[in-house]
Amino acid sequence: MGELLFFVAGIGAIAGAIGVVAVRNPFYSVLALVSHLLCLAALFLLLRAEFVAAAQVVVYAGAVMVLYVFVVAYVGGQDEPLGPRAGNSLKLVSVIFGAVLFAELCVATLGSGLQLIDTGGTPAPGSFGSPAEIGTLLLTKFLLPFEVASFLLLIAAVGAVVLARRRGGLSNAEEQARYSAMDILRPAYTGTMAEAVGGRHTLPEATVTNTPAEAAAQADSGDR
Amino acid sequence: MDIGWFLAVSALIFTIGAVGVLTRRSPLVILLCLELMLNAANLALIAFARMHGNQDGQIFAIIVMVVAACEVTVGLGVIVAMHRRRLPIDVDEMQELQG
Repeated sequence: MGELLFFVAGIGAIAGAIGVVAVRNPFYSVLALVSHLLCLAALFLLLRAEFVAAAQVVVYAGAVMVLYVFVVAYVGGQDEPLGPRAGNSLKLVSVIFGAVLFAELCVATLGSGLQLIDTGGTPAPGSFGSPAEIGTLLLTKFLLPFEVASFLLLIAAVGAVVLARRRGGLSNAEEQARYSAMDILRPAYTGTMAEAVGGRHTLPEATVTNTPAEAAAQADSGDR
Repeated sequence: MDIGWFLAVSALIFTIGAVGVLTRRSPLVILLCLELMLNAANLALIAFARMHGNQDGQIFAIIVMVVAACEVTVGLGVIVAMHRRRLPIDVDEMQELQG
């Protein structure tokens, strides 16, 4: 049963990966990657990594791929010609590079002389890879990487907002329409620094056009 | 199932991803191929975690997933910025990465 599931999921994962590279339309590439990720989650389950498999399906195949689909739809998934513009020689070089890389990886992993590599792994307790075990490890032994990862996510989110925002800042009307807490605390035209530089509200017409003498007369009448 | 089989699948997926990065021109597909390579590394990490009966490798895989999510976010932000500035969505055309 395990062998059958491995071959089905493994072939599915490899076919999905080939689909990502070979399909012309980026939209179909994203869909091929989703199927690849689902098959990979099945492989994770065979390796007793339940929590990682669940996170893979929910976070990767769910959230990240939705982000991809949004961007492909926004940018416009136009077909691109496959292969480099320089012709077939560069493509041939890259395929040769891939074959060499595959051979090297196989030698590095399968030929490493690790004794357990031809077994099904060491016997593990039933709770191996369960959310409880992973959570305990994340909050005790790997607390620092966990916190650093959260900061990395925050930085990436802020960076993406900065990258994708509209260039050139706000227009003048939007600048005027912004409100701050100072609008509630102080009435307008009471001499804030924002008014001094002409930022918050423009002065009403009357006070601008009045001569200094008239302004003084108005102030006198206000006093009485 | 032997651990070696999982490692062979991981190596194959990594190779496919590397060839995709080298041959494709759209930055969207290149990001997808980077995802493939990261996932192949994840599979190898989890296979080795199973081999040793130690869960530290699974924590590594989760951290790799976090880093991949960050990379996707920033990469897609760059692509959206390129689209807004009417630049061609083609890595061969993008020869200078200035402001």
